[in-house]
Amino acid sequence: MITTLDLAKESQRVKVVDVSGGWGIRQRLGCLGIHPGDMITVKKSAIMHGPILISVHGNQVALGRGVARKVTVEVG
Amino acid sequence: MKIALMGQQNSGKSTIFNSVAGYKAVTSNFPGKTVTYNLTKFNLFGQALELVDLPGTYSLTSFDLAELEARKYLLNGNVDVVINVIDASLLSRSLELTLQLLELKVPMVICLNMIDEAVRKGIKIDIEKLSKILGVPVIPAIAVKGKGIKELFSTAYKMGEKKKIGKTLNFSKDVEEVISQLSAQIKEKQISKEFNVPERFLAIKYLENDHYFMENFKNIDKNIFKEINYFQNLLKEVHNRPSDVVISSERHHLSMNIYESVVSLTKPHASLIDYLDNVLMHPILGYIFLAFIFYLFFNLVFNVGKIVEEPLLNYFYSIIPLIGKSINTGTLLFSVISGIIQGLAGGIAIVLPYLFPFLFGLAILEDLGYLPRIAFLMDAFLHKIGLHGKAIIPFILGYGCTVPAIMATRILESERDRFITSVLAAMIPCAARMTIIFALVAFYISPKAAFAIYILNIIVIIISGKILSRLLPEITPGMILEIPAYHIPSIKVAFAKTWLRMKEFIFVAWPLLIVGSTILSLLQYYKMDMLINNFFSPLTSLLGLPLVVGTTLIFGVLRKELSMLMLIQAIGTSNVAAVMSTTQIMTFTIFVIFYVPCVATIAVLWKEIGSKRTLFTVAFTFVLAVILATITRFVY
Repeated sequence: MITTLDLAKESQRVKVVDVSGGWGIRQRLGCLGIHPGDMITVKKSAIMHGPILISVHGNQVALGRGVARKVTVEVG
Repeated sequence: MKIALMGQQNSGKSTIFNSVAGYKAVTSNFPGKTVTYNLTKFNLFGQALELVDLPGTYSLTSFDLAELEARKYLLNGNVDVVINVIDASLLSRSLELTLQLLELKVPMVICLNMIDEAVRKGIKIDIEKLSKILGVPVIPAIAVKGKGIKELFSTAYKMGEKKKIGKTLNFSKDVEEVISQLSAQIKEKQISKEFNVPERFLAIKYLENDHYFMENFKNIDKNIFKEINYFQNLLKEVHNRPSDVVISSERHHLSMNIYESVVSLTKPHASLIDYLDNVLMHPILGYIFLAFIFYLFFNLVFNVGKIVEEPLLNYFYSIIPLIGKSINTGTLLFSVISGIIQGLAGGIAIVLPYLFPFLFGLAILEDLGYLPRIAFLMDAFLHKIGLHGKAIIPFILGYGCTVPAIMATRILESERDRFITSVLAAMIPCAARMTIIFALVAFYISPKAAFAIYILNIIVIIISGKILSRLLPEITPGMILEIPAYHIPSIKVAFAKTWLRMKEFIFVAWPLLIVGSTILSLLQYYKMDMLINNFFSPLTSLLGLPLVVGTTLIFGVLRKELSMLMLIQAIGTSNVAAVMSTTQIMTFTIFVIFYVPCVATIAVLWKEIGSKRTLFTVAFTFVLAVILATITRFVY
């Protein structure tokens, strides 16, 4: 199932399909190891539309909800 | 010879720097704390070497001001050797920067820092093999314990002597084909000379659509843009992705391949500290702990401060009458001497007791790695005032000192966010203002009243934030923040950091305090203070404060704590409650907290956000302070 990262549930493991949004956000996420094809585990989701905490390549990254929405992922 | 420390954020560059420089650069466990470079000179094998600690950067494509600074420094070409500092537990990701540094063709050494942390995570690295693949020496180290540092610098020195550069690693064949064709064009047009970088590096940066290299052309040759565009489209068509994604994916794969060939994974040793996030970042418990930690923190600071303040103050004030016995109290000499003593007393007895425990506690929280967690928890709330989670880091640093807080706004991506955060950070009660809140309000009124001031301050900041973001309705870019692993803080480092920050107080503020009190004594002796007080009388009478407070407000612009110390001197007693009512104490404190930032803050604002916006901040905070203090006078 294809969805966006902000909708993924806690402790779900997803695969990055695409990073939409501009050049800046693509580059920035790329630097943190988030490219199409990479595996991400959603670890925590803050209340009130707060950020999500993911684990990627053994490293934790917090992404604002708006940023997470730009990452298309495959669940399953 | 000049050696530069280059690496991703939070990889330990400043820790390595401090191991040769002494504790000069502030280290903390949050990404991006070094926002400007630090330089030191040291001797090795009888050679004078220069070491520069550059802000952390994830890649050689820069996004924020701190990263841009690092890259600019490196590209200026005065660096003889680069030490690429890598957090060994994050090797695969870190190699992406390493590959870009290799493209620059500068002599280089790799420092695999925090090798113990990698072992704990179950990552075993074949160091020899890694060195062979990259063609540069690789030195394992544990910088916090000083392990591997000597070998690192002696190797760096040798590399600088030999001017030996590493290997260039190739991407896939079709991508390399495009790169070499573009490189040939660049060579023909001699563009890379303008930037002082190798052709291949520049070609890759153009394919990545790097804004800096795209925009900073001096000899604009329109044809080269057509060429760049042509090659970008070529990659895009073949790979069905924008050319910058093609390059970053290539680099990513290359790094992963290297990583997989040099690393053998074993079972990680889990430790208790790994479970800390289950509570500290929990959607509900996280906030409870946040409130609890800060409650505990301020309570501790107040209680430690109070125990020390009283006896010290009594001691100093028992000296003055003693002097009165040997020198006539009406003379100029007596005025000057008592001025100096009161200045000293203010520094030692009133400011230090609160400053030290506060800075020490802050250092512990920083080194533990709690600050990025707070950014995570507060992101949703900060969006309500038009900012994002990372802005909390300058705010928290603001409780220490406003100057580094405003410098720290460089970690924010957009200019608008930096401006709003700077203005709001200037309103946060720094440690100097904290001493006023604690020594006046908590001491003479009640700790609860002091707590209420902090709450009021936060509410005012939220409202101001809302107003400012309404005036500048731009959408914040959203938070992307690494949450580093927790580190058990080292008491030694925490002391060193506290001392570094206290030095600023002791060597800058203290002399000012003493000079200030002496000037005030002289003014009083020649009855000049009344002129100033009369000038300020419209303000002091509006706020219902004693006339003598007028002079003290001028001193507050120099250093905030001066206002309080001068107040004590101006009213002629350390027992403030005897002269001022609780309402007056409260009004005075509210006014001093909010009005005009101190000169050091004004200077740094000027540099970071420009003259117009600084003047706006000065006017804005002054008006705000007058309004709030007037309300306090009538309501409290």
